Amino acid sequence: MTSDIALWLVQDGIVNGAIYALVALALLLVFAVTRVIFVPQGEFISYAALSMAMLQLGQVPATIWILVGGGLVAAILEAATAWRQGAVRRLPSILTRYIAIPIAIAAVVGWSASRALPSWVQALLVLALIMPLGPILYRIAYQPLANASVIVLFIVSMAVHYMLTGLGLVFFGAEGLRADPFIDAGFQLGILDISAQSLIVIAVSILMMICLWLFFERSLYGKALRATAINRTGARLVGIRIELSGNLSFLLAAFIGAVSGVLISPITTIYYDSGLMIGLKGFIGAIFGGMVSYPLTALGAVGLGLLESFSSFWASALKESIVFTIIIPILIWRSLTSHQHIEDEEE
Amino acid sequence: MMRRQVPIILFSAWVAAAPWIVPEFHVTLLNYIGLATLVVIGLVLLTGIAGIISFGQQAFVGIGAYTTAVLTTTTGASPWLTLVASLVLVAAFGALLGSMTLRLSGHYLSIATIAWGIAIYYVFGNLPGFGQYSGINGIPPITVASLPLDTATRMYYLIWLFVIVALWGAVNLLESRTGRALRALRFRSVMAENFGVDTARLKFLIFFHAALLAGLSGWLHAHFLRFVSPHGFGVNAGIDYLFMAVIGGVNHVWGAIVGTSILTMLREWLKVILPDAIQQSGNYELVVFGILMFLLLQHTRNGVLPMLTQWLPPRVPAMPSASAEPLPRRNRPESGSVLLEVDEVEVRFGGLKAVNRVSFSLNAGEILGLIGPNGAGKTTMFNLITGVRPADRGQVRFLGRRIDRLDSRHIAGYGLARTFQHVHLVSTMSVLDNVAIGAHLRGHSGTLASMLHLERRENERLRAEAVRQLQRVGLGEHLHEAAGNLALGQQRLVEIARALASDPVLLLLDEPAAGLRYGEKQALAELLRRLREEHMSILIVEHDMDLVMGLVDRLVVMDFGEKLAEGEPHAIQADPAVLEAYLGGIE
Repeated sequence: MTSDIALWLVQDGIVNGAIYALVALALLLVFAVTRVIFVPQGEFISYAALSMAMLQLGQVPATIWILVGGGLVAAILEAATAWRQGAVRRLPSILTRYIAIPIAIAAVVGWSASRALPSWVQALLVLALIMPLGPILYRIAYQPLANASVIVLFIVSMAVHYMLTGLGLVFFGAEGLRADPFIDAGFQLGILDISAQSLIVIAVSILMMICLWLFFERSLYGKALRATAINRTGARLVGIRIELSGNLSFLLAAFIGAVSGVLISPITTIYYDSGLMIGLKGFIGAIFGGMVSYPLTALGAVGLGLLESFSSFWASALKESIVFTIIIPILIWRSLTSHQHIEDEEE
Repeated sequence: MMRRQVPIILFSAWVAAAPWIVPEFHVTLLNYIGLATLVVIGLVLLTGIAGIISFGQQAFVGIGAYTTAVLTTTTGASPWLTLVASLVLVAAFGALLGSMTLRLSGHYLSIATIAWGIAIYYVFGNLPGFGQYSGINGIPPITVASLPLDTATRMYYLIWLFVIVALWGAVNLLESRTGRALRALRFRSVMAENFGVDTARLKFLIFFHAALLAGLSGWLHAHFLRFVSPHGFGVNAGIDYLFMAVIGGVNHVWGAIVGTSILTMLREWLKVILPDAIQQSGNYELVVFGILMFLLLQHTRNGVLPMLTQWLPPRVPAMPSASAEPLPRRNRPESGSVLLEVDEVEVRFGGLKAVNRVSFSLNAGEILGLIGPNGAGKTTMFNLITGVRPADRGQVRFLGRRIDRLDSRHIAGYGLARTFQHVHLVSTMSVLDNVAIGAHLRGHSGTLASMLHLERRENERLRAEAVRQLQRVGLGEHLHEAAGNLALGQQRLVEIARALASDPVLLLLDEPAAGLRYGEKQALAELLRRLREEHMSILIVEHDMDLVMGLVDRLVVMDFGEKLAEGEPHAIQADPAVLEAYLGGIE
C-alpha cells in the first residue's frame, strides 16, 4: 500500500465515520430519553438521501405522501385521545401540528420540485420534509407503549423498520439513487486529493456535534432531556412531561438523520433498504460510548469508519465480516472497563 | 406428576393427525413453523427466562445447515453422520462465542450477537466452496430405514418429532432444580450465587443448549429445502426469531409454537391475500406486516400466549407427595462450640475504614445481634461474612475454616445461609419454587437429567423440603401464590424459609424487620425464638431495638467501623459508650 492510497482510505474512513457518528449520537439521544433502540434511524437517512436525489432530478419526492399520511394517522390517534379525555379544545393545535404543517411542507416541496432550485435550498426542503416524521413516528408507534420493556420497544422498532422499508420500496422503488455533490470541486493538499464534499461532511458533522453539545449543556429543553434520561420518575416529578421529551428527542433524531442523509447522498448510492446497515454501524459506534458518552461515541464511530475503509481495501468481499468481528473484542474491553450496575431491577 | 405431561401428549396427538387434516401445501408451512420453533424454544430459554437477548441465533442455524450441505454434497456422507458434524461445529462455535461474550453485560451482549450474526452472513456469502451468494444445491434427503424423506409430509414427522422432544425437554427443565435457578438468573443472580448456583456456568449451559437447538434446525432446514444460501441466515432472520418469541410470549416455552405459527402464517397469508386486495405487486407485504405486528404488540404486550391462557382455568401445581423421603441433613456442631470467628477484620474504602479491626465470635445455638447507628459498618461486615466482598486484613473463620477469601457460592456450601434486606425473590415464581432455590445445593441432578425428567425423585424431595420450611415459618397456605403478590412481611418470611431450606448451620439475617408493621414484627420475633429452641444459630443485623433486645442472647455494637461494646442486652443498654453513640453525648 502506498502512502497516497493510505491517505485516501483515511479520508474515506473519516467521512464515513462522521456519518456513523451522527447516527450514533441520534441513537444515544433517543435511547437515553425513551429507552427505545431506534433501528429506523437509518430510514431517516435513506429517506432524506433519496428525497434529495429525487429533487435534483426534478421529481416530486415520494416522501411527501409518507409525511401527509403519517400526519393523518397521528392526528386521528391524538384526536381520539383528546376526545376521550374531553379536551376538545386541543383539536386546533392537533390539526395544525399533524395535518396543516405536513400538508404545507408537502405542498412547498411539491411545488419546488420542477423549479431546479439551488441545492442548498433543496437540502433545507429535505430537512423540513424529514424532521416532522420523527414526532409523528413517536406519536404513532412509541408513545402508546412508553412503559414497555426495552425488548418490547426494540421489537416495535423492528416493526417500524419493516414498515418504513416497505413504504420506501413502494414509493421510491428498488432502484438506488445518488445525488450530485454540492460543490464539484477538489484541491490538492500535498499528495492528497481532497474533495470539497468530504470537507463539507466533516465540517457539518462537527458543527452538529457542537450544536448538540450546546443544546444539552445550555438550553432548558436540553437539560430537561438530560434529566429525563437520567431519571424518568424524577423528571416527571419536577414537571417535565415524558411525551414532550419523547417528541423532542425524536424530532432531534429525525433532524440528525435528515442532515446525515443529505450529506451522504452525493457520496454513495442509497437504496430504499440501505438504512439498516448504516443504522447498525451507528449503533456500534454508540456502544463504543457505552450508550452514554457522546465524545467516546464520536471517536468510536470514526474508528469504525477507518476500520471499514481499510478492510474494504484489503479484503473487500469480507469487509463487513471483518468490521463486525472486530466489534466483539472491543465490546469485551468496553464491558470490562465500564462498571455498570450489577443487578437490574425487576420490571 | 403426570399432569405436567398432558399438554404435550395432546399436542403430540395433534401433530400426528395434522397432515391428514390440513391440505398438502400447508404441510410445508407447518414444516417451516417446526424449523423456526426449534430455534425459538432455545431463544425463550435464553432470552425470556435467562434474560440474555440474542439476535444471533440464525448464525447457529446457518452453521448447522452449511456444515451438512458442504459435507453431504462433496463427500456423499450420510446426513446422519453430518448431523453429528453439524452439532459438533455448532457446539464449538457456541463455546467460543459464549466464552467470549457471555460475561458482557446487558446491551453489550446483544450487540455482540448482532455483530457475529452479520459477520457470519458475509462469511457464508464469500467463502470459496460455499457457493457464494447463490448457495449450495442438490443436498440429498435424509433417509430413515432406506426411506428417503423427500416429500414435505415425510419430512414433517421428523421435524416435529424433534420439536416435541425439544418442547418436552424445555418444559421439564423449567420445572426442575436447574430450571428454578435459571429463572432466577435474570433479576436475581446475586441471590442465586448466595445459594450456591454457579450462574456463569448456567448461562453458558443455556446458551449452549439454544445454540444446539438452532444447529439442529439448520441441519433439518438444509435437508428439507435441499438447498442453502446465505439469505436464510442474515440478520433479518435472527431478528425474526426474536420477533416470534416476543409475539408468542417470551417467558413461555409454549409461546414458541404460538409465536412462530402466527408470524409464519401471517407472512404466507399476506403474500396470498395482498396482491388481490391492492391490485399491485407484493410491495405492500412488509408494510402491512409491520403494522400488524405493531398492533399485536400494542394489545398483547406480554405475548399472545398469556392472553389465550387467561381463559383457561389456572393450573394448580401438584403438591409434592408427603411421602417423599426427607433430604439428608448436615452434621451440626455441638451447642456452645465456636461457630463463626471474626478476627481483627479491616475493610477500607479508599481512605475510609468502614470496618476497623473488629473481632467477635458466635457460638452454636445462640442468637447474636449486630447493631449500630447508620454508617456503623454493619452491612460491610455482613457482606464480608457472606463473601460479597473480601477483607483487606484479618480473617473470618467458619467452623474453623477460613472463608474470607471465598466467594458467596462456596460459602453457601459450608452451611451459611442469608436473607436480604431488600427482598430478593423471583416475583413471578411461586412461593414454593422460590424456597426450593434455597435447597439448590442439596440436589445434584444436572441439566440433561432435568430435561429428560430423570430427576423426578430428587425434585420431589427438594419441593417437599420447601413445603416443610414454608410450613415452619407459617406460610403453608401460600405455597402456589406468586411471590410478588405477598405482603412485605410475608416476603421476609419467605426469605427466611428459603434460607432454612438450605439446611444451614448459621442463619444470617440482614435487617429482617425493616419496613414491617408491628404485628408482622411480633410474628417474626416469635419465629426466631422458635428457631432458637430448635438449636438454630442466628446472626441478626437489625435497627429495631425493641425486637433485638427481647430476642438476642448477646449483642455486638458497632459505631464508625469500630466495635463499641459486646455483651448481654441489659448490660449493653446500660453501657455509657453505647448510649452516647445512640442518643448523643452530654455536652
